[in-house]
Amino acid sequence: MSFTLQEVTAFLWKEADLLDRKAHDAWLALWEEKGRYIVPIQPDATDFFNILNFANDDHAMRVMRVNRLRSGEAVSTTPPPRTSRLTASIVIEADDGVTVKARAAQHLYEFHKDRARFYASILEYTLTRSGCGDFRIAQKIVRLLNSDDAIASVGYIL
Amino acid sequence: MTTQNYADLVQADRVHTSLYTCPEIFEVEMRKIFENTWVWVAHESEVPEAGSYKNTFIGKQPVIVVRDRKGEIRVLLNRCRHRCATVCEGKKGKTQSFVCPYHGWAFGLDGSLRSVPYEASYGPEGLDKSKLPLPGLRVESYQGMVFATFRDDLCSLSDWLGPAKKWMDLFMKQGAGFGISVPGEQRFRFPGNWKIQLENTTDAYHFPLVHKSFLTTLDPQALKTFSFMEGDGFVEDLGNGHSVMVMIPELVDLEADLDKIIPDRFRDLADDLRAEGYDDLTVRKIVRAVGGTGFNLNIFPNIACSMAFFRVLRPVSVEETEIHHAVINMKNGPVIANQMRLRLHEYFQGPLGFGTPDDGEAWCRVQAGVHASGKTEEDKWLMVNRGLPIETVGVDGPRSDLTAETGMRAAYRQWQKMMGA
Repeated sequence: MSFTLQEVTAFLWKEADLLDRKAHDAWLALWEEKGRYIVPIQPDATDFFNILNFANDDHAMRVMRVNRLRSGEAVSTTPPPRTSRLTASIVIEADDGVTVKARAAQHLYEFHKDRARFYASILEYTLTRSGCGDFRIAQKIVRLLNSDDAIASVGYIL
Repeated sequence: MTTQNYADLVQADRVHTSLYTCPEIFEVEMRKIFENTWVWVAHESEVPEAGSYKNTFIGKQPVIVVRDRKGEIRVLLNRCRHRCATVCEGKKGKTQSFVCPYHGWAFGLDGSLRSVPYEASYGPEGLDKSKLPLPGLRVESYQGMVFATFRDDLCSLSDWLGPAKKWMDLFMKQGAGFGISVPGEQRFRFPGNWKIQLENTTDAYHFPLVHKSFLTTLDPQALKTFSFMEGDGFVEDLGNGHSVMVMIPELVDLEADLDKIIPDRFRDLADDLRAEGYDDLTVRKIVRAVGGTGFNLNIFPNIACSMAFFRVLRPVSVEETEIHHAVINMKNGPVIANQMRLRLHEYFQGPLGFGTPDDGEAWCRVQAGVHASGKTEEDKWLMVNRGLPIETVGVDGPRSDLTAETGMRAAYRQWQKMMGA
């Protein structure tokens, strides 16, 4: 396993763990200020600004999304859904020493109130190196396999 | 059940809970309502060119909305005349023809049967192909909104819409002079009856509670705009099951009072549009359009013009409903303005939005709670009498305050009329 792959794997597993533990402040701190969290609808989408997505969050939207999830004001996330996610099949697509592009598979199991759901996604990351062995997320694209079908509410970060 | 039994399930101030739970009623609704009136199928921009198609449903029947070679929009049953396989797949796309994957029967964009492989087996005369097209429905449109019906003897779409038309005219001012396009939609399902969503479109009463987590995120100006409960809004019955709910009266006509101060959240957009060379009046029109209208128009039975988007409902089964939230853009309008519209839509709407999931949760709760049908007949009704004692004669029908259930009563009166016929 290449050193970059080890570093990226450790970082993505750390992120997955933060999200499953709902350590949202720590998750927000993983981001570049200008980073985008994008959940597209169209499976082949590349221009996420001129089409409709499920989410296309800048920093302010990410902060509001996190605050909404934990506020207790939203009936759909009270109590919050429980999640367990596996991030695997991580592939380094490009690495110029500053920016790393990586792809991964995510299998996420959700339990909320009386209902279990399963979401499979392909994750596409653009990560920037921030010191020794650490990264910041410049872009995270979550391509749900069933994104263009009717889905149920998602009350957590994918 | 007899037709009289159905009619008796709706009273002036209440509705029987079996309307949400009875599979037999659902099947009859598909026949007596969805297959018996004008049903919205598409916005014309969804099928822009010859061969552009969209698959959808009228009630439970799969239909293809397609623009034929002459530019006419057709609505065809998605079923091969031979052995019933669907001839068109995918939610949207473009094609030259519809070829059945099973035995290769090929139909033109207008539904006509063009060719049948190995036709000789049908005898020396062959098939009379002119008698075997994909059955087409009657199609009419208003303001770019395309409706279809199975009924050849029904009144015109224009008559069916009636006073709803002037609200559709107002709604389309979101085109800001560019016209309107529908570049996409978010789809989600909830385990509940379709009428729960139908009711919700003119239910302002839920807004401050269910959408508290959205309201919390607004800036003070926007919060004031969305704090409409104490304002001069109203709900009015428009006849034929249609109704309108006006939440923000000053945003009913988007072209009125254009000289008013531009809200803070649109100021950057206005500056950017000016920098692109748009004159002041056009900038103000575009900015208004991006913010959306101040009303929800509910068109019975399956479509709403809801502030800044189209809400489409599709009944799946008695306890399952699919919803589409279709986004509105200005057709070939300024890119930065359309981008803001897209982001604002993502903000509130859809399964990851800050509003829709909470609506969905409330509707799930209704469907769960409705099974607590109790022991006595009194236990088996839900109330839609809010605002009834203070109802007045409006411009086009009964009108009451913003939080009234006047829109629901309008829809249920139409339900009663159609189910009892």
